[in-house]
Amino acid sequence: MPVWMLMLAGAVSPFSMESWWFGALGISPALWMRVIYSLLLIAVVFLPLVSVIAMFSIWWERKVAGHMQSRLGPNRVGPIGILQSIADGLKLILKEDLVPRSADSWLFRLAPYLAFAPVFAAFLALPFGPEFTFEPRLSAGLFWVLAILSVEVMGVILAGWASNNKWSLFGAMREAGQMVSYEIPLGISILVGVMSAGTLNLVELGFIQGGGLHTWLVFQNPFTFLAFFCYFIASLASNKRAPFDLPESESELVAGFHTEYSGLRFSFFFFAEYAAMFIVGGIQAALFLGGWNDPFGLIGYYHQRFIADPSGIDHAGLMVLNVIAAAVFVLKALGIMFVQMWLRWTLPRPRIDQVLYVCIKVLLPMACVILLGAALWQLFVPRRPGLPWVDYSPWRFGDYGRDQALGALVTQVTLALVGVGMFAVLLGWVVYAAISGRNLKRRLTDPAPIPM
Amino acid sequence: MEDDAMMIFPLAQTIAQPPDAAASTGLFYLFAILAGASALGVVLSRNIVRTAVFLLFTLAGVAGLYFLLDAEFLAAVQLVVYAGGTLVLIIFGVMLTSKSPGIRYEPKIVEVAVAIGVSVVVAAALVMAIVRQFPAEPASIERHPTIAELGQVLLGDYLIPFELISVLLLVVMIGAAYLAKARRRGGK
Repeated sequence: MPVWMLMLAGAVSPFSMESWWFGALGISPALWMRVIYSLLLIAVVFLPLVSVIAMFSIWWERKVAGHMQSRLGPNRVGPIGILQSIADGLKLILKEDLVPRSADSWLFRLAPYLAFAPVFAAFLALPFGPEFTFEPRLSAGLFWVLAILSVEVMGVILAGWASNNKWSLFGAMREAGQMVSYEIPLGISILVGVMSAGTLNLVELGFIQGGGLHTWLVFQNPFTFLAFFCYFIASLASNKRAPFDLPESESELVAGFHTEYSGLRFSFFFFAEYAAMFIVGGIQAALFLGGWNDPFGLIGYYHQRFIADPSGIDHAGLMVLNVIAAAVFVLKALGIMFVQMWLRWTLPRPRIDQVLYVCIKVLLPMACVILLGAALWQLFVPRRPGLPWVDYSPWRFGDYGRDQALGALVTQVTLALVGVGMFAVLLGWVVYAAISGRNLKRRLTDPAPIPM
Repeated sequence: MEDDAMMIFPLAQTIAQPPDAAASTGLFYLFAILAGASALGVVLSRNIVRTAVFLLFTLAGVAGLYFLLDAEFLAAVQLVVYAGGTLVLIIFGVMLTSKSPGIRYEPKIVEVAVAIGVSVVVAAALVMAIVRQFPAEPASIERHPTIAELGQVLLGDYLIPFELISVLLLVVMIGAAYLAKARRRGGK
């Protein structure tokens, strides 16, 4: 990402990037300069970041879909087809911008922006690294992202309504009905994680989970472990992803809410969807999977070491650390996105009433039970207070006995082992499938030798 | 909030900048104009869905004002409750009841008169209250409450009102379920 490279060149903390720029120019910034600077930041950092993530994942989704259906996927534009999204984007820009005559043209034109703009504001809070966060002081960052994503739904509903088309309207109604049902389990399962962390700030969540695998919130107690999956299912619905892609179910509703859209406005909806997938995956990574931290707590350890002495902060080391942390975070978010794509190409789509049934009658009671259990766990099982590496050393297990947090530790380690085991099984399965799939492909393509 | 930030991000000490008065004044006017102009749109628009969209912008403007006051939690609640919940339900209701997006409503002259009367009275009361209550120079706020403090106040000092509100919501929900069921029984 461009800004990170810039910061790497200057070896400064992103917080002080503004003053660093103006300091390098030798002027004290006037108000208008700061306004222009902020606008420039939006134009050259936010927009490319969102676009690159969205374009990459659109290409990736098509590749994944291809592999799952024994095809190659896009492979013409650039090496392994990686420039396909740029070609598609060019095509969409050049297409005519149509507005149906009977549509409410003002709302029709407005809706794509309403779907697209909130996604930017959500990127504001995502914790790419201990210092690489656009706005680290958002004390309600997690809640803020949820709130802003609910505005995105408004754009989708308006698009369906303003098109004045039966299919679009059905899509919009399904989106509205779906939203009022998934938001509650989604919120409650986030609440479980927040309750055991004690903060809503995404950067603080990262610091809390900095002590290695067993300090990640997903392994904190059995209930956060369950909430992790509950959140994932609800987040599928929030992203309009299969099996909950009812608002645009293309086999029955043509294309659902964006049937009437063409050209750039159509691509805005796509960008919003893929960027929202990344955000939802990023939130899951930040809340449950340790954010930017690696499984051994090395990033947390070195971060504390670099900033331990406030007078002599190791800026260069911190920069490198932040770049690694950002890579880890993005990898985790992309991993969750991969599972979302995987599910899309394997699961059939239920009916809308079945979706509502799942969200309200299955997920919601489950989430409530998990919440209650997590609350009881918080009350009765003591855990080590404070931040790992600052207040305690997470890998010195003997110390846990002193705080009577041994029971919590045993749970955390057991759950972490279960998690690692599940991950290993999954990985082994994927590798096995890849190998046997290659053999299958060879058997299908190579003609059998003719016996003479 | 600042104390927490200092403790948890040691770097924050080196980078914390005082808020720029001119910038926040400018942003205040931006958000105030957004909220005010779209509130006018809410009143003047004849199309229910457009009214709802204008209301969305009004609420977003007010949320921006909360942001300027460092009340991000309140801003997020504003967005999630009104923009995400209430407005979606309004549009959902319109979609279920009306036939085309071009639908307009024409208020009768009596309704307009009553509305103007009520709004003049409310506006006068608000202006009087503001003029009497607040000094010309706003007192500077020393510190901003954190979410943790907010939660402790809600579940401590104001526990009873907080729980009473949730009972009220429960009553509304039971009432809605009863009405829906009664209609179905009547239909059969």
